Amino acid sequence: MKKELMQGNAAVARGAWEAGVKIAAAYPGTPSSEILQDIASTYPEIYPEWAPNEKVAVEVASGAALTGARSMAIMKHVGLNVAADPFMTVAYTGVKGGFMIVVADDPNVHSSQNEQDSRNWARFAKVPMLEPSDAQECKDFAKLAFDISEKFDTPVLLRTETRVAHSDSPVALGERKESTMPMGLDPKEAPKYVMVPVNVRVRRKFVEERMRKLEAYAEKFKYNVMEINDTKIGVISSGVSYLYAKEAFPEWSYLKLGMVWPLPKKMIATFFKKVKKVIIVEELDPFLETEIKAMGYKIFHGKDVIPNMYELSPEIVERSLKGKAYKPPKIRVKPEDLPRRPPNLCAGCSHRPLFYALKKLGAFVFGDIGCYTLATAPPLQALHACICMGASVGMAHGAMKALGSEGLGKVVAVIGDSTFLHGGVTPLMNVVYNKGNSTTIILDNRITGMTGHQEHAGTGFTIRQEPTNMVDYEEIGKALGVKSIRKIDPYDIKSCMEIIKEEMGKNEPSLIICKDSPCMLLRRAKPLEKFKTPFYVIDTDKCRGCRMCLEINCPAISWRAGDGETKDGHKRKGTVYINRDQCVGCEVCVQVCKFEAIVPGQK
Amino acid sequence: MKKTKQNGKVTNIFLSGVGGQGTILASNILAEVFLKAGYEVKKAEVHGMAQRGGDVTTHFRFGKKVYSPIIKYGDVDFLLSFELLESIRYINWVKPEGKIVINNQEIFPPAVNLGMAQYPKDVGKAFTKYFKNNVHMINGQEIAKNLGNMQAANVVLVGAFSNFFPEIKDEQWIDALKTLLAPKLHDLNVKAFYEGKKAL
Ligand SMILES: Cc1ncc(C[n+]2csc(CCOP(=O)(O)OP(=O)(O)O)c2C)c(N)n1
Ligand code: SF4
Ligand code: SF4
Repeated sequence: MKKELMQGNAAVARGAWEAGVKIAAAYPGTPSSEILQDIASTYPEIYPEWAPNEKVAVEVASGAALTGARSMAIMKHVGLNVAADPFMTVAYTGVKGGFMIVVADDPNVHSSQNEQDSRNWARFAKVPMLEPSDAQECKDFAKLAFDISEKFDTPVLLRTETRVAHSDSPVALGERKESTMPMGLDPKEAPKYVMVPVNVRVRRKFVEERMRKLEAYAEKFKYNVMEINDTKIGVISSGVSYLYAKEAFPEWSYLKLGMVWPLPKKMIATFFKKVKKVIIVEELDPFLETEIKAMGYKIFHGKDVIPNMYELSPEIVERSLKGKAYKPPKIRVKPEDLPRRPPNLCAGCSHRPLFYALKKLGAFVFGDIGCYTLATAPPLQALHACICMGASVGMAHGAMKALGSEGLGKVVAVIGDSTFLHGGVTPLMNVVYNKGNSTTIILDNRITGMTGHQEHAGTGFTIRQEPTNMVDYEEIGKALGVKSIRKIDPYDIKSCMEIIKEEMGKNEPSLIICKDSPCMLLRRAKPLEKFKTPFYVIDTDKCRGCRMCLEINCPAISWRAGDGETKDGHKRKGTVYINRDQCVGCEVCVQVCKFEAIVPGQK
Repeated sequence: MKKTKQNGKVTNIFLSGVGGQGTILASNILAEVFLKAGYEVKKAEVHGMAQRGGDVTTHFRFGKKVYSPIIKYGDVDFLLSFELLESIRYINWVKPEGKIVINNQEIFPPAVNLGMAQYPKDVGKAFTKYFKNNVHMINGQEIAKNLGNMQAANVVLVGAFSNFFPEIKDEQWIDALKTLLAPKLHDLNVKAFYEGKKAL
């Protein structure tokens, strides 16, 4: 069989394709985004779409599943919070065509707003969850999920996480097999799909019966595997934690669970008989531990030594379990002493001048999630709250209601284009309806920047690059009843400050839309074309070393210490330097410099 | 019920650099080479916000049977680093007998740009103190520039690194390069590979 090195995400896409999936819907989110991108670029048999948010993705895929088509929805862990409403009830209606929801966790919060453990959703919704540990299992489990879904009439959760989704390992490729499920909709099935109380009570019972059947299935599930080696210690584990434990303690015995919900009670009982002591190695919550303890077992170790936050690693597993016997590697250099390298807004990014303007205005900025969240970092420090996608608009409104006239002129909500379409429209409607007076700024850079450039309803293109309708934010604002709508050029700091100040001070809802400010990495929008000069340089005759331009944190600008003076005799402690390879000529620093020391460069 | 397979010898390569330096291509070349050579390969990288100039690391492992995609802290056999600060950051990860290849390039992080932190001095010396002759500094940028394209610095580094694996023939590396790169880039990168190979 042909073997290929594949990323976990690509393997999930492959598994879905081999399983005969027809419809896939997703909203991007690290570390899950590559799955749908891979489907769109590699597998023409699957129809892919970027949904505006995860709730819509689950609804789209559920509707497709109801016709008999195999379908899937894909999201990061927090996406399932957004999609929880349809998800929790599709768990009752069940499906016709196989339906898988991929949920990608992010232990250690490499790129997320929290660190929740999605296994809890499986127990909460009473649906099965599979957890692969490498790319081969990603493919195999994704395929199996559809069989399980159809056999038990249930949505199936596939849980990945950063180290599974973004790790590559060899995968044996198979062929696509079309589903044999007859297609079509049958109105007579309404009682199964209309969740009104009389029907819900029937389905409620079904859910419990289904759970019992799934428990029996878990006992035979071929990826719940016992490996009996040294019987002194047996480890119960799943996913990538299993691999870490194997790496650290290959000699021990293992019960490796491919299905983490429901649990195979009999198998667990057998394992406890076969080994003397049981250790549970799992990342994040004591999920297996709580369940296994509730079954009445005593474990040797679990969360008493294994951390319940951040990610595990072979080292952490070894260190936690060996305790004092662990010998750490020699410390040659203290990494804490080295400067960190946090991500930064790109040179020329339109978010930079906008947040600089907000900082100068001294506004309290309710922010949202996207590249612009980076504006919270020093030295800009111009974003002061951020909890989840779309929250900025409602939070600013609530703050204004609480502050009354005190808040006028001081508060603003700032939200990216993708984020606005994800969850910002409804709260903006609320501002108008409830006679609020908050100001909302949409940072329209024509793409979903942070997660790697996915199309959305405001970009004018589908995931397969077909031209399509492009949302008009001004028309949305009007339709929701916003009367004061302004457009600004974020690169013009002075006029931005004037307009934003005016709108924040108004006792009515305002909407400000950044225009002509595409993401620097969005080639088709030719972002550099609007800049007149290819790059800028420092006129060292004039630079007084006041460090004002360093405030904007452009990656092209750096400080060069060294006593000296300007041509007209002003003493200075150093000058700044612009790296011409990095500078794109956006003129933001030019507007900040008070001494006209930043001048066009000559090629 | 099954018996556990023996782990056997696994080689651990740690790649580090800054977003945009082409570390991902380098690790893909390694993957292509060692997979074709018949090993099991696992590699893990954190993407997230690499595009915004953050640090990038890849854990790369090959052997007969590999479990964890992540290398155990302190178990790195080879450190292949594309930038000085990003090499010293991982010095504790390397085994005492580990081998180190560093691209002699400084890319300032924000705190250094702002004059609020010092860029570490004498990174090469810090490594030689512990690893003696096993430290190799390569002027990847300069070599690539002489070939007419700075972008090829990553392949220069791969070329230098290839010296550690005499059992792999040059053709195997070149094949991997050609599989992964567009045809118009083949000539440049093949040259970059050989220049790199000579540089170590
Ligand atoms: C519920 C949820 N889904 C997905 C994500 C992942 N995510 C973070 S920011 C973002 C979109 C950012 O795009 P945009 O608002 O256009 O801002 P930009 O990054 O382009 O500045 C996404 C999808 C998330 N954090 N939460
Ligand atoms: S990717 Fe785009 S939105 Fe993100 S920092 Fe760069 S220019 Fe700005
Ligand atoms: S013009 Fe100034 S702010 Fe803009 S990219 Fe160049 S150095 Fe940075």
